[in-house]
Amino acid sequence: MTHTVHFRVWRGDAEGGGLADFDVEVNEGEVVLDAIHRLQATQAPDLAVRWNCKAGKCGSCSAEINGRPRLLCMTRMSVLDLTAPVTITPLRAFPVLRDLVTDVSFNYAKAREVPAFVPPPGLAPGEYRMRQEDVNRSQEFRKCIECFLCQDVCHVVRDHEENKAAFSGPRFLMRVAELDMHPLDAAAETGLDRKSTAQEEHGLGYCNITKCCTEVCPENIKITDNALIPMKERVADRRYDPLVWLGSKIRRRGA
Amino acid sequence: MTQPEQQAWDVVVVGAGGAGLRAAIEARERGARTAVICKSLFGKAHTVMAEGGIAASMGNVNEGDNWQVHFRDTMRGGKFLNDWRMAELHAREAPDRVWELETWGALFDRTADGRISQRNFGGHEYPRLAHVGDRTGLELIRTLQQKIVALQQEDFREHGDHEARLKVFQECTVTRVLMDGEGDAEGAGGEAGEAGGGRVSGVFGYERESGRFFVLRAPAVVLATGGIGKSFKVTSNSWEYTGDGHALALLAGARLTNMEFVQFHPTGMVWPPSVKGILVTESVRGDGGVLRNSEGKRFMFDYVPDVFKEKYARTETEGDRWYEDPDHNRRPPELLPRDEVARAINAEVKAGRGSPHGGVFLDVSTRIPAETIRRRLPSMYHQFKELADVDITAEPMEVGPTCHYVMGGVWVEPDTAQARGVSGLYAAGEVAGGMHGSNRLGGNSLSDLLVFGRRAGLHAAEYALGAAASAPPAVRETAVDAAVAEALRPFGAAEGGAGEGPGAENPYTLHQELQQTMNDLVGIIRRGGEMAEALERLDGLRARARRVGVEGHRQFNPGWHLALDLRNMLLVGECVARAALEREESRGGHTREDHPGMDRAWRRINLLCSLAAEKDGPAAAASASATASTSASAASPGRIELTRSTAPPVRSDLLALFEKDELGKYLSDEELSL
Repeated sequence: MTHTVHFRVWRGDAEGGGLADFDVEVNEGEVVLDAIHRLQATQAPDLAVRWNCKAGKCGSCSAEINGRPRLLCMTRMSVLDLTAPVTITPLRAFPVLRDLVTDVSFNYAKAREVPAFVPPPGLAPGEYRMRQEDVNRSQEFRKCIECFLCQDVCHVVRDHEENKAAFSGPRFLMRVAELDMHPLDAAAETGLDRKSTAQEEHGLGYCNITKCCTEVCPENIKITDNALIPMKERVADRRYDPLVWLGSKIRRRGA
Repeated sequence: MTQPEQQAWDVVVVGAGGAGLRAAIEARERGARTAVICKSLFGKAHTVMAEGGIAASMGNVNEGDNWQVHFRDTMRGGKFLNDWRMAELHAREAPDRVWELETWGALFDRTADGRISQRNFGGHEYPRLAHVGDRTGLELIRTLQQKIVALQQEDFREHGDHEARLKVFQECTVTRVLMDGEGDAEGAGGEAGEAGGGRVSGVFGYERESGRFFVLRAPAVVLATGGIGKSFKVTSNSWEYTGDGHALALLAGARLTNMEFVQFHPTGMVWPPSVKGILVTESVRGDGGVLRNSEGKRFMFDYVPDVFKEKYARTETEGDRWYEDPDHNRRPPELLPRDEVARAINAEVKAGRGSPHGGVFLDVSTRIPAETIRRRLPSMYHQFKELADVDITAEPMEVGPTCHYVMGGVWVEPDTAQARGVSGLYAAGEVAGGMHGSNRLGGNSLSDLLVFGRRAGLHAAEYALGAAASAPPAVRETAVDAAVAEALRPFGAAEGGAGEGPGAENPYTLHQELQQTMNDLVGIIRRGGEMAEALERLDGLRARARRVGVEGHRQFNPGWHLALDLRNMLLVGECVARAALEREESRGGHTREDHPGMDRAWRRINLLCSLAAEKDGPAAAASASATASTSASAASPGRIELTRSTAPPVRSDLLALFEKDELGKYLSDEELSL
C-alpha cells in the first residue's frame, strides 16, 4: 500500500529559509524518518537531518512535526492527518544550523554546570550496597535519551532566549534531582547542597509545572511529578524549615 | 589549496561509544591530552542500543562463578577460535570494569542484599550479566559520558578551560589516519604479508556541520569505531556502522583478522519495512516465547543438531515443563545458540513456510498472561505496539535474522590493543578482532568495550608520552593534500574526480546495491559460487563509486557523507566476502552450505586481510592470487589480499580448565598430544 503524501519541510540555514514542498511516496507502516530518507535518496540528497539508531533509543532525530516536538523515527505516518500537508520544522528553541539540524550546544553547556556524582569516601569499588527501592527513582531519570524535546517545548526558554542563561531546563533539573536522590552520592559531605543549586544556579524557580516536558517525553518519564515537583518541595523544606535555617547560619558562622 | 587547521594532541580516540569513551578516560587519567572524535552527537553512540547486560563474573547471584568459568564459556561460544589471551584478560578484568562504573555514578539493578544483580544469558553457565532493565547500553554510555564531563569539570577548576586536557569533537568524521614517513596507505600495503611498519602521526577529518577539514596531529590513535552492519540490508545496527575503523586501519597498513565471522541475530523485526532488522530481545524466548511457521508448527524441534540432542527437549510438553522445572526437564529448542536458530528460521522461510512478510512467528500471546508480558517485556510490548501496530499480548510477532555484530576486526596485540605492525595505532571494541573467535556470546560485548577500551587508552598514553615523545612523528603535507583531494572528489572539485554531470553515480543507489549484494550473497548461509559473484559485483560497485557525485555544498550534506563512507563499506565488504570464500568449513558466524562441517584443521588458522597494491585504477589492482598463501579460487582482482596466520597454542593452564573429551572436538590430535 503506497500512497503519496505532501510534505512541507523547512530548508535553510542561520541566514534564513522557508518551507519547501515535496510529494513523497509513503508505504504502509512507515515512520516520518522513512519519508525523510526517501526524500534524501530521490529528491533532496543534501537535506540535512540528524538521526542515528532509528529505534527510539538514541534521541538524535528530534524535530517538530506539525508544530509538535517529536522523534522522527518513532512517529508513524498513520498517526498523522494525511489529508493536509505534513509540516516538518527544526526544533524551535535552538538555533538552526541547516535544514532540520539545530545547534544543541546549549544542552551540553548546561550539562557541564551540574557537578558530577561524588563517590562516597571509604567505599571501595565493589563495596557499594543499595536497595532496589532506593535506586528506582534515579533509575527512572536515567532512562533519559537526551533527545532534548523537553528542553525544546519548555516555554521558559522556547520563545525566551533571555532566560537561557539562568535556566537549565527540565532535562538538567532532572539530572540534579537524579543525583540528589542517588542513595550514595556524597555531595553533601563536600559542602555541596544540590537542592539549593537547583534553585540558585539552575533556575528551578522558573518552572511553573505546566507538564509540557512530561507530555513530549518519548521515554514517558514523569519529569514534572517525579523530578521537578519533589525538588521544589525539597528546596522549600530547606528554605523554610527553621531548624535547617538555624543550622545553616551556625555552620556558616563557624566556617 | 588551503591547508586545513591543525591541532596537536597526545592521543586521539576515533569513536565515542563504550570503548572510545573508556579509552579516552584512561588516556586522560594517565596524563595524556586526549581528543575524542565522533560522527554523532556526544552520547548517541550505537552502544546505547545494547539491551541485555555486561558479562562479568562477580558471582553476586551464584558464588560458583569466577573468571575461569567465564573464560571457558567465551571460548566455547567462539568455537575455540578466540585469541585466548584476549579472552583471558577479558574474563579476569571484567568485574573491576563494572564496579568502577558504580564509582562514576552508574545505577545497576540490585540483588535483594543490595549488590549488582546479574541475569542469565545464552552460553553463560551462571547468571552473569549486570543490567539495568533492558537499557544497559544506555546506562553504560551515560555513565562514561558523565565521567568525561566530571574530568572536564576538574580541568576547568585547574586550568579555567573545560577542554584543556580532554575534548570531544562531535559530529566529525575521520577519513584518514596519517602516517609518518612512507608507511601509510596506498602502495605501502603492497608488500605481501608484512604490511605496515609505519608510525601514526595523526588523523585527517571533516566537521559534518560545516564541511571544514581539520588535522589532529598525535603520535597515538585509538580506533573505537564499532562495526560494519550498514554494509548489509537487514541489520540491527545504526547508520554509523560503516566499517570506518576497519577501513582506516587497512589504509594505514594494519591487517584485519577473522572478517568472515559475522553474527546474525535470529530475531529481528521484519515488518513494517521501516523497522526491518530492529532487534527482538532473546529474553522473549527465555520467558516462554515459541517459534512457529505458517502451518502453526513449532519447527525448532526439527532443527536440533546431533551434538545438542541430549540437552534439548524432544517434545513440546517437555519443553513447556522446563520453564517451571528446569532441573528435571530439558530446555526447549527455541533456546539453542543464536546461529542454530537463525539458520532454522532461514530454512523455514526458504521452504515457503514463512510468515506474510518473510519471517516466522514468535508468539508469547498464547503462552503467557497479558499482564505478565507487559511487566516482563515492557520495551518489546512498546516497540511492537508503536512501530508495528502489533499487540504482542494478543497476537504473534513476525521475526527473522538480522545482521548484528562482526567478530572480525583489527589484528591487535592482546595485552596492549596495538594494531600489529603499526606503531601508535590501537583498536578496541567491535573494531578489534580476535576476542570473540567465531561467535560472540551475549553480554560479552559491553565488557569487551570496557576491558580493552581501558587497555587501549592506557597503552596509547604510555606510548605517546614515552617512546613517541622523544621523536615526535611528522604529518606530511602531501598526505594532507591527498586526503583533501580524496574527500572533495564527489564534488568534482578535486583533480581527477568525475563529480557531477552525466554518468555521475548516486551514493544512495550504490549503497543500496552494496547492501543487497552482501545480504543476498554473503549473508547467513554462504555458497562458494555466490561469494565469487559477490566479489565481482563489489568490483563493479567499486569502479562506479569512483564516479560518485553529490549536489550542494559541504555544510551538513548527508549525500556527501555517504559518498565518503562508501569507500569504507566497499573495503570491508570485500574483506568479508574474500575471507568467507577462503574458509572452507562452517564455524560460529560463518556457515558454508558447501562445507557444512567444522574442521579442526581450520581452528588455528586466522585469515588476515591487508590492502593490496593498487595499480592504475581499481579494475587493474593486483590479483590476490599473486602470493602463494592466498587462494587460487579468488574470483576477481580486488583491493584486499588474504594471508593465513597460525594462532599460537593455548597456554596449558588454560587448556586444563577443559575436559579432554571436549577439547577433542576442537583441537587437532597433534595439539592435544602436546
